[in-house]
Amino acid sequence: MSASKTMKKIGSLLCAGLVMLLPATVFADYKLNMTPSVTAVGQDIYNLHMIILWIVTIVGILVFGVIIYSLINHRKSKGVTPATFHESATVEFVWTVIPFIILVIIAVPATKTLLAIEDTSKSDITIKATGWQWKWEYEYLDSGVRFFSNLDKASNEARQVKSGKDPRKVENYLLDVDNPIVVPVNKKVRILTTSNDVIHAWWVPELAVKRDAIPGFINESWFKAEKTGTYRGQCAELCGKDHGFMPIVVNVVSDSEYSDWLAKQKKAAADADAGAGKTWSKADLMARGKEVYEKNCQACHMANGEGGGPFPALKGSKVATTGPVAAHIDLVLKGKGMMPPFGTQLNAVDTAAVVTFERNAFGNNTGDVVQPSQVSK
Amino acid sequence: MSDHKPTGIKRWLFTTNHKDIGTLYLWFAFTMFLVGGAMAMIIRAELMQPGMQVVDPLFFNSMTTMHGLIMVFGAVMPAMVGFANWMVPMMIGAPDMALPRMNNWSFWILPFAGTMLVSTLFMEGGGPAFGWTFYAPLSTTFAPKSTDFFIFAVHMLGFSSIMGAINIIATILNMRAPGMTLMKMPLFVWTWLITAFLLIAVMPVLAGAVTMMLTDRNFGTSFFSAAGGGDPVLFQHVFWFFGHPEVYIMILPAFGIVSQIIPTFARKQLFGYASMVYATAAIAFLSFIVWAHHMFTVGMPVAAELYFTYATVMIAVPTAVKVFNWTATMWKGAMTFETPMLWAVAFVFLFTIGGFTGLMLGVAPADFQYHDTYFVVAHFHYVLVTGAVFAIIAGVYYWLPKWTGNMYDEKLGKLHFWLSTISVNVLFFPQHFLGLAGMPRRIPDYAIQFAEFNFMSSLGGFAFGLSQLLFLFIVIKCIKGGEKATDKVWDNPEGLEWTVPSPAPYHTFETAPQIK
Amino acid sequence: MSTGNNSQLESNQRVTRFLLVVVVVMFCFGFALAPMYEALCKAFGINGRFVEIEQGVYDADKAMQQVKADRDRQVTVQFTASRNQNLQWEFRPMETSVVVYPGEVREVKYYAKNLTGKTVVAQAVPSVSPGQAAKYFNKIECFCFTQQTFKPGEAKEMPLRFVVDGKLPKKISTLTLAYTFFDTDQAGTKSKAQVDTVLRVAHNAK
Repeated sequence: MSASKTMKKIGSLLCAGLVMLLPATVFADYKLNMTPSVTAVGQDIYNLHMIILWIVTIVGILVFGVIIYSLINHRKSKGVTPATFHESATVEFVWTVIPFIILVIIAVPATKTLLAIEDTSKSDITIKATGWQWKWEYEYLDSGVRFFSNLDKASNEARQVKSGKDPRKVENYLLDVDNPIVVPVNKKVRILTTSNDVIHAWWVPELAVKRDAIPGFINESWFKAEKTGTYRGQCAELCGKDHGFMPIVVNVVSDSEYSDWLAKQKKAAADADAGAGKTWSKADLMARGKEVYEKNCQACHMANGEGGGPFPALKGSKVATTGPVAAHIDLVLKGKGMMPPFGTQLNAVDTAAVVTFERNAFGNNTGDVVQPSQVSK
Repeated sequence: MSDHKPTGIKRWLFTTNHKDIGTLYLWFAFTMFLVGGAMAMIIRAELMQPGMQVVDPLFFNSMTTMHGLIMVFGAVMPAMVGFANWMVPMMIGAPDMALPRMNNWSFWILPFAGTMLVSTLFMEGGGPAFGWTFYAPLSTTFAPKSTDFFIFAVHMLGFSSIMGAINIIATILNMRAPGMTLMKMPLFVWTWLITAFLLIAVMPVLAGAVTMMLTDRNFGTSFFSAAGGGDPVLFQHVFWFFGHPEVYIMILPAFGIVSQIIPTFARKQLFGYASMVYATAAIAFLSFIVWAHHMFTVGMPVAAELYFTYATVMIAVPTAVKVFNWTATMWKGAMTFETPMLWAVAFVFLFTIGGFTGLMLGVAPADFQYHDTYFVVAHFHYVLVTGAVFAIIAGVYYWLPKWTGNMYDEKLGKLHFWLSTISVNVLFFPQHFLGLAGMPRRIPDYAIQFAEFNFMSSLGGFAFGLSQLLFLFIVIKCIKGGEKATDKVWDNPEGLEWTVPSPAPYHTFETAPQIK
Repeated sequence: MSTGNNSQLESNQRVTRFLLVVVVVMFCFGFALAPMYEALCKAFGINGRFVEIEQGVYDADKAMQQVKADRDRQVTVQFTASRNQNLQWEFRPMETSVVVYPGEVREVKYYAKNLTGKTVVAQAVPSVSPGQAAKYFNKIECFCFTQQTFKPGEAKEMPLRFVVDGKLPKKISTLTLAYTFFDTDQAGTKSKAQVDTVLRVAHNAK
């Protein structure tokens, strides 16, 4: 590892050297080189990157050196008379062959790395990542755990146009989610990617995985993280308006932490089913509804329920006040026009809660309390 | 015919004169360069700081999309066609283009296509916001209504390019002066001949791609929708089958321009003329068999990924030959550094940097980390801005005295060069770091760790943008007057264009010159 | 004009005609890429799509013979389900994975329920990962062969009968079958008959 560390160091220096225009100290804290990976394959990619970077740097120094020498010495002001040579079969042959040899040198490690990357066999866990405009849905195929992963609340507030909030004060701005995926360390995790709408791409630099999520098709890739920690990535394929706001967070944990997490997820799912049967208090519904609203509705209908632009206000609107509760529920479940249907994303409790919230917040004060049992699917 | 020319608006509307049409193309290109540049300024303004300060995310996406489309189809390509119109007939000793009336057509389609493209921004639902690569299904099922107008605009641009290419091929094959054999043609003519064949081969494929989009959107076909047995990835294959040759369409004429300029100011014949021609042809050929390196992450079989990696890195060979040849041309020359030469030398340096990153991107496993990041953005701006655009600017300074009869202001030209070259590096070099550190492209806002380099990049961007207004001033000043240019303009340049008076008369070589 | 004499004019016309033919050919080539791609995908399993086998064509007896040869080999087949454009259906495999011997005919079921208040015609699109396994995954009966019409609130269990071919590359021990249900109205797609035509054209092109 020390060799690769030295390489890393030299690599950073190399990059820093390339911006000699600027004082080197300015860059002390900034990442100049490729993000090192916590997987063996990722480290191979990093080393491959360094090999090519070194080769092009050396070739660059040689070629640019010759040109610069020529620019300095072969100028008319120095009183030289121009030479008359204009071709040489030997020289031209040699400088056609040399790049070719260099390319072969690059191709060997490239091939080896690629074969390692594409070997998805014998995985321990399979997770399906479905891209949505604009969030990720994860499904653990082996255990049935399934959840959505949205941009976290603090980032989402700060990233609104002219939000007045300083992104610099948000921890992990745009790189944090409400529900990260959790995987055990040193296990081969197979990631299947697909999409609900347009093409997305699932990318976590430190895990060295980038794979497109294509509607109607399924793609696969894998990683085996060798270090516990939190690794952050983003959607890498332009997928519409909020392409920049659907990050990916992977928590790599120990085996026991992983099984605890899994058990908790399963219990939460069971609780949600049980919750649908019981009768909730208004306060509980309002609290839960506020959370659901902030996550799903606020981006368009705004925090004050006044909407804006093409998005209608909920404050004082007929649907959310005097209209029948059933129609309100129906609208949330099925969507309308630009509004997507939320029926398959929100469970009965969430739907009841958000409808209760909308009918009582923003001064709507209808006093309606909607129970999960009223939400029939 | 005498040197009579019609006057007023009619001269420009109905002209069949290659010089007039060349001028129109160049002005159109410059106008679109400013429009596309203004969009780039909006992009850089939004990205200057983390957070959303200037535009909303959807409009930001329209800006990146339109910036790309306008710069590719509105600025770089028409500028190159403009050079071809002005220079090809003069370089091969022809009186005009082979098909002058079609020439008028192919230009006058452009302003309509350009206007239609820009007008989509003002339509309901906004303009195209799916990137200049317009991947399905974002550009089909999920795109605004204005997309149909975008498709029509692309069709018109395609018609224009195809007609232009037919004209150029016919001119080069049929109109050469006696004695001007193919292997005596200036390299600029050679690069354009090969480029024109590329255009003929791939513009129809683009037209096919957008037609399939159109029928998918409106007539119930599903070429690109899995629901009806199609595949969105097919779109990417068709697009890049066009798209990869397309990038060479933009860069090959640039190679040609630089290959004219360097020998003039090195006072030495171009080194390896024949190998330059073969290298150009080799690059053109390779461009047809490497397209899928733009889509390594779509999930191809390993064998395909290996093949496209090997084929792609092969392009480095002919490209390296070109760079070596330019170097050898300068070697032991007697160089002076007038403005065109400065731009040409900068081209050699900076295009080579773009070539290096291109090689890095071509290697599939490494590309998994670079793909769709700012590293890619840095790469293609090095080859297209400091490559194609620098060559265009170099060419304008080089031939402007021949076109106008006046010398441009050398001091301002040099100022323009230094301002542009420094700012363009401040603009694009930090983007390499951003990409390596993990910043995806086409995002309107970013994590805090990317803030400093984005700020720097934006400053460079504004400086580079402003510098180009200086260029406009210099060109206008030169047209209005200035020191009279001699017929040769430079110190013993090679080529037939320097044997006619400056400014070049309305009609040249009505009797063909004799080439020894 | 100064474009010169007649022979020049003629050769200009000749070049133009030739180039226009090239343009037309290349335009058609753009479209031809669609069936060519389809054929390539099927031959090499590029995008994970199945080889279509019409009902009953598959030789089950022959398949059973292979079972003997491959008794020492097992393949895990995982099932998963997705809905496109947030189609308001409940849709899931009733078993998430099965272990099969190559050549063995197996039947599994998917469950689907229309949660909307209207009749929905949907098409299930299959995809197999890893892609190169696609051509060894043969379905004998599948709900993806035809469009499925669901009345409001209607629920169905839909069978899938399949065989994993014994020629499946040895290194593949797990494969995943994913179905995505598309609402045909939303996707604005062709009728199944048209789809079949496209597939047949592609097949013939191969």
